[in-house]
Amino acid sequence: MDSVPVRRSLWLLALPALLATSLWQSQLAAAAAPAEPRAGALLQLLHNDCGACHGLSLKGGLGSPLTPQALAGKPADSLVATILNGRPGTPMPPWRPFLSEEEAQWLVQLLQQGGAR
Amino acid sequence: MAGSTLATGRRTLARLLAPLLCLALAACASTPLRGTGDLGVVIERASGSVQIVDNSHTQSLARVQGLGDLSHASVVFSRDARYAYVFGRDGAISKVDLLTARLVKRVEQASNSIGGAISSDGRVIAAQNYSPGGVKLFDADSLQLLSSVSTAAFGGSESKVVGLADLPGNRFAFALYDSGEIWLLDASTPTAPKVQRFEHIGKQPYDGLASGDGRYFIAGLYGEDGLALLDSWHADAGVRRILGGYGRGRQALPVYKMPHLRGWSIAGDYAFLPAIGQHEVLVADNRSWAQVASVPVLGQPVFVMAEPGGRRVWVNFAFPDNDKVQVIDVPTRQVIKTLQPGRAILHMEFTPRGDAVWLSSRDDNKLVVIDTATLAVRSTLPALEPSGIFFSWRASRMGM
Repeated sequence: MDSVPVRRSLWLLALPALLATSLWQSQLAAAAAPAEPRAGALLQLLHNDCGACHGLSLKGGLGSPLTPQALAGKPADSLVATILNGRPGTPMPPWRPFLSEEEAQWLVQLLQQGGAR
Repeated sequence: MAGSTLATGRRTLARLLAPLLCLALAACASTPLRGTGDLGVVIERASGSVQIVDNSHTQSLARVQGLGDLSHASVVFSRDARYAYVFGRDGAISKVDLLTARLVKRVEQASNSIGGAISSDGRVIAAQNYSPGGVKLFDADSLQLLSSVSTAAFGGSESKVVGLADLPGNRFAFALYDSGEIWLLDASTPTAPKVQRFEHIGKQPYDGLASGDGRYFIAGLYGEDGLALLDSWHADAGVRRILGGYGRGRQALPVYKMPHLRGWSIAGDYAFLPAIGQHEVLVADNRSWAQVASVPVLGQPVFVMAEPGGRRVWVNFAFPDNDKVQVIDVPTRQVIKTLQPGRAILHMEFTPRGDAVWLSSRDDNKLVVIDTATLAVRSTLPALEPSGIFFSWRASRMGM
């Protein structure tokens, strides 16, 4: 468990480089990593609460997998909208009460680039 | 004098025999004889381990590691209550010996799974899978595969399987999330199981339960208000809707975690069931299945569990209310207590006769043991991000 904060901070260090290499996501590349402890809280939300349906390791459960492969080719803005507003007709609820648009953009970025672990 | 000589002689004999006795008992001394009726398994979800706990003395006995991805896991017990079968998210079944605290066998049988059941004769383990969908049957001793039941093989889609429960006569019932069906599986010949399909049972069944007598199978529906009921005594009469339209006229609230159903929902004459999208516990008559009441609670219920005596029902909640637990008094159908035992209370388990309930607090890395008579905390135990708690009394109950 001790390694988690270390890993997280490594990711935060690596993030600017990753962002620079993904200019095709120019619209979302502006999503800055939230400051700690918020970033850690969001990652915990992602794995534990999103993970309740999508799996702790995000490989899917009753909900679809959230791995980079599963999300490849999906427009980031529609993924952000799904997080914030939910998806009617499915069990995906709206998470807007618990995170901002920028935070949702950051999570989508992490998920698509495989940096959520 | 004679008495004391005799006593001295006895002491000498004891001194001579003591090493021999120690040798003879050495094996027993390291693993003293004990029963398993008060043992249980606690899932440590992030570390792939389980703790073996003793609910008579409220203590942890051992930790068993190497069980893989337990981010969602459930447990059934062998009929002799010695072995726990742990079904992990990664599709593995791990067989754990409660007495020696060893992982005795582990089979990776699917890529994504959440649970299983054991047959009424104790000889067959059934695993329900998300990916690929379907149910697999295994020999309970060896974990050898006996047969696979594809949900596509009978003309359906390869659907996620939910709510698998054992019924008498080596049968199992389960629901199909994607195609909205209930299947009744006769595993009396486990190498060639027979399937009876019930289609159009409702939208998005998310979990299921068998009543304690193994007569009824109920699937909770996510996609509509109501539950689907199969009376296995009259299976040919088909599946009918119960508690339909419970949220009528009210906006559905967001559900941040799916409720879990099992036979613990039924207490005395009533079944207590979580509403979906309403902050309510539904109360149904357990013969007519008509709704008799709804009890307002503080959030989306996840587990709605009756004490073994049926006098009270305990409820925990989905995010963001998962730090609270409410206790419902059955005769008055009112919440009599709201507890805040820890952060992220994921599961509850009663001791065999309900004198205490154990709660897992994931974010506080602890187990909380509450006295059900006083509703006061009796003790806490450390655990690594604990989720499910499963006591061995389940070995002798149907639908568990």
